[in-house]
Amino acid sequence: MPNILVVEDSPTMRQLISFAMKRISNSKVVEATDGVDALKKLSSEKVDLILADINMPVMDGLKLVSLVRGNPIYKDIPVIIITTEGAEEDKKKAIAIGANAYLPKPIQTQELIKLVNSFIGG
Amino acid sequence: MDRETSIIKKADEFLQIFKKGEEFTQELLKENEKLRFRVAQLEETIERSGDEGKVRLYEERIKSVEGELNSLKERYKQVEEENKDFAAKYVEVEEENNNLANLYVASYQLHSTLDFNEVLKIVLEIVINLIGAEKFAVLLMEEKTNELVPVATEGIALADIPKARFGEGIAGNVAKEGESYFSGDIHRESFSADEPIVCIPLKIKEHVIGVIAIYSLLTQKEKFSNIDYELFSLLAGHAATAIFSSRLYTQSERKLTTIQSFLDLLKEKPRR
Repeated sequence: MPNILVVEDSPTMRQLISFAMKRISNSKVVEATDGVDALKKLSSEKVDLILADINMPVMDGLKLVSLVRGNPIYKDIPVIIITTEGAEEDKKKAIAIGANAYLPKPIQTQELIKLVNSFIGG
Repeated sequence: MDRETSIIKKADEFLQIFKKGEEFTQELLKENEKLRFRVAQLEETIERSGDEGKVRLYEERIKSVEGELNSLKERYKQVEEENKDFAAKYVEVEEENNNLANLYVASYQLHSTLDFNEVLKIVLEIVINLIGAEKFAVLLMEEKTNELVPVATEGIALADIPKARFGEGIAGNVAKEGESYFSGDIHRESFSADEPIVCIPLKIKEHVIGVIAIYSLLTQKEKFSNIDYELFSLLAGHAATAIFSSRLYTQSERKLTTIQSFLDLLKEKPRR
């Protein structure tokens, strides 16, 4: 059962993504409200995929990606960035830091599910 | 002499009879030969006509098999078409399902709290994340002054949004008519607080309590989809009731606190 960590400060968006992820067969969703909360969840749960927003309080998504990539335990976990920042340079920056994919908001649920499946092999 | 002549005569007669017999036998043999030939011919005809029947039978069989094959091919085509239709319908249903899930989450969130500021925050979240708006404002109707007053903004300062008089300008007219406004140019370069690209009335039945004015969209948002229009109508209804009830609740809470404080003050024993 793949474990998906959804890191998003907006409760609406978090619920929306989680709702979509729960529809992927056999997947479990863990929610975090920011980067720091995500690191806490990572230390207590085995995570197979991270879906993270960029603009979040306390710790943003890019900082989270760089910390995940710098940690030998979490460095191989794929990260998908879901953000309102749709510019090409924002995407390049996120990919350079270590994000595996970049999805600008507003997201199409089908597109997100397809992308997630390509990482967790659903 | 007479006896000799009679014997010769009889012998001649016998020879003639014998010759006739021979001729008759010859004729019978010929006739027999003809009949044998005819029988052989008839047998051959019967045999040949038997093969033709078989050929005809096989031909008919082939024709019917070919017919069956054609009808199967036709059915296969039909099934293939039906499959394509089902696949397209599946994608459509899946999309509809996703849209409904989005609408469910949005309305669930809108009615999850009675805190006025929290409801406004949720409205902003929905407009940013689900519609893809970059700059927008929520303006609520002030009954006393008959004006639309900005109460929340995203991407622009609250101070940059002027109040709008009921029935005047785009926002004022949307509030008056209760109908959404969509500009033809949704990717306008310049920003004007008086000219939103989209303006949605917040309605409780026919009563407009405010509007959502969108001034610009995220760069990646190229056009409005069907789900956007559904979200607009959801916002027009659910956001309006959520905002209205939370505002009433917050006001009544405030009044209750004031009355409670007043009562506490009255209950206090007078100081000597």
